[in-house]
Amino acid sequence: MADGGAATLPRMDAPGGASLKRFARRRSTIAFLMTLPLIAVIGGLVVWPAGYAIHLATLNRRMTSFIGLGNFEILLESETFRMVIFQSVFFAITAVILKAAIGFWLAHMLHHIPANGQRKWRGMLLVPWVIPPALSTLGWWWMFEPTYSSINWILNIFAIPSVPWLGEPWWARISVIIVNVWYGAPFFMIMYLAALKSVPEQLYEAAAIDGATSWQRLRYVTLPMMRNIISITVLFSLIVTFANYDIVRVLTNGGPRDLTHVFASYAFQVGILAGNIPRGAAVSLFMFPILAIIAFFVLRGVNRRNKEEA
Amino acid sequence: MSKHGITRRKVLRNGAGVMAATAVGAPMVHAQGTSGSLRFAFWDHWVPGGNDALKELAQRFGEQNRINMTVDFINTTGNQLQLTIAAQAQSRSGHDGISLLPWDPGTYADQLEPCDDVMQRLSAKYGPVNPVAEFLAKRGGHWRGVPATAGTQAKPACVRFDLMKQHAGIDVREMWPAANRAGPGADRWTWDTFLTAAEACHKAGVPFGLPMGQFTDAVDWVGAVFLGYGARVTDERGNPTIRNNAELRQAIDYLVRLSRFLPNDVWAWDDASNNRALISGRSALIFNPPSAWAVAKRDAPQVAENCWTIPMPAGPKGRFLAYLPYVTGIWSFGRNKTAAKAFLEFITQRENAELCVNKSQGYDIPPFLSMSDFKAWETEGPPVGTIFNYPLKAHHQATYSIAFSPAPPELAQQMYLQALNTKVVARIAQGGESVESALGWLEREINNMRRGG
Repeated sequence: MADGGAATLPRMDAPGGASLKRFARRRSTIAFLMTLPLIAVIGGLVVWPAGYAIHLATLNRRMTSFIGLGNFEILLESETFRMVIFQSVFFAITAVILKAAIGFWLAHMLHHIPANGQRKWRGMLLVPWVIPPALSTLGWWWMFEPTYSSINWILNIFAIPSVPWLGEPWWARISVIIVNVWYGAPFFMIMYLAALKSVPEQLYEAAAIDGATSWQRLRYVTLPMMRNIISITVLFSLIVTFANYDIVRVLTNGGPRDLTHVFASYAFQVGILAGNIPRGAAVSLFMFPILAIIAFFVLRGVNRRNKEEA
Repeated sequence: MSKHGITRRKVLRNGAGVMAATAVGAPMVHAQGTSGSLRFAFWDHWVPGGNDALKELAQRFGEQNRINMTVDFINTTGNQLQLTIAAQAQSRSGHDGISLLPWDPGTYADQLEPCDDVMQRLSAKYGPVNPVAEFLAKRGGHWRGVPATAGTQAKPACVRFDLMKQHAGIDVREMWPAANRAGPGADRWTWDTFLTAAEACHKAGVPFGLPMGQFTDAVDWVGAVFLGYGARVTDERGNPTIRNNAELRQAIDYLVRLSRFLPNDVWAWDDASNNRALISGRSALIFNPPSAWAVAKRDAPQVAENCWTIPMPAGPKGRFLAYLPYVTGIWSFGRNKTAAKAFLEFITQRENAELCVNKSQGYDIPPFLSMSDFKAWETEGPPVGTIFNYPLKAHHQATYSIAFSPAPPELAQQMYLQALNTKVVARIAQGGESVESALGWLEREINNMRRGG
């Protein structure tokens, strides 16, 4: 379009001015100019803060001298931080698996409901994902709260003893995962539902003619057709779950005995509350290279499959 | 649009109304022929009406000195104040002065204007400053701010005197009357007596509400127990003093025994859990400033009428009272530092400090020891005299303290904010670790914190 428009413009006499105009009319120049606001936003809000965080992580506590990877070395020698690594990995993997499984199951259930009723159910099931997590977690905290837990109140009615939801380490870990799954499963549901709707009906018809059971239809038709969307949602959720902060902060503040801390909540405690910003930055960056490698392989797989299908 | 009665003009007019209403929250005082402007951020008080004193003082100061004063109140819920401080320090812009949390003067020392001149004049007038406030607010021999009255708190015992008398046989009002003298039995108010009372109240179903988690209320009272037993985890230079430390083992052993008589979920309690335990009538004692009592006065008057504040018990090495001061700092990048210093000096004057104490219903404690005789502590009630013993008095024979002092502040801050003292107890009492194993963990954590200078 830009080239076509250029043909109607008057010819410039000055050669310098003409080449400048030509340069300005080139598609690549216009594309660059149009993406410049986005590049500026990404540069200012993503690249610069990330670079600054990396820079901070290489400084000493007073931020006066460069200590290279010293903060990472110190962290790895700390028992508490090694426990945080375990908890973050346990939390993220368990929560993502549960979210994916529940989301997949819900998507299947919804897919088989007629369109009218489906809309209502879809809307209701999306509610947890729509509410700001800090608010909904506060609601969960009221249900788990050590002294006045409403869940315990209900359990007591049925003569079941109270559960120390936030006071006992494993219960506290489970509580944090429950809230994360409750919040995140609708995202998987909606993504998988969209993917299910895009699977051609003919494939199922062909499978039925071949005498495939429902498990075989799921295993050899549905899952392969959804592989890309499953990969991307799992990757996206893994990154977001690893970076989760608000649920742990509101529910347990990392307690008891640091046994529910994840990277973000521990980074905040070390960096902001305890005044060691470089070490806090190192905590928050710890998973970055690992997640970047996982992202690289997952996205490469997605691209390869896309090319094969094209 | 106009069909529904909504016009662009109406929207603009209502919007202006909303803006005006918002501005009321952040009072700004204009004076004719101004000598500049000042913008301060103070901690948003827990006690209803607790901010009124600073609003009033800012207005008066602005009018007297022809300065445009803006005062913002930022709360610590969700660590908003801590985040604001960190953001302003990083960006080197923001308010002229800001309320700093106890360990912040050290963290941000390089970016805070020394206030030695102000403190020199105030000390000459009012005598010695609280030693804990001095420990926290001074770095490199310079005052990095002015210890504040508003928000500064101590954490003595707030006792349900009726329950304590009924179940433990201790009359705390007789022991610690609302007078400048100790009553009969005050000398027996020790951690051992406390343990016996805790057991009795636990049996009666009104256990002491003592948090053992990672929030400041927990760290503070456990810190006072440690000091009462002479238990220190490091020396003044930050070297761990954990091995062969009999006092430390004694304090930990005591706390493990005491924890058996506390509610089983105290390991997850936050700073509000103990308040709730008292206000709900489920607990006979908590360690807290009078905010819990002030809220009970509003929400559960029958509880408030039976509360009495008394000093913390004494240990073999003395009686210590947990103290948590706010410090108001002036940013070195602020634009009107002279006026900011004058304002801090103004609000710390005795009559102005008293106004803060009155408006906060006795919650605030001024930084000067000579200011522990304000009328509010005698007259507040019900019952009248309930918070007489809230600030430390000579007859308490006690010392203000903060957990982990006298370690170097940079290290003490990390130990405090990562709650090493409650965690070491929790590892044994809740986690089932041996004392040796828990102490080994404590030593390794401290050594790790000392690294990376």
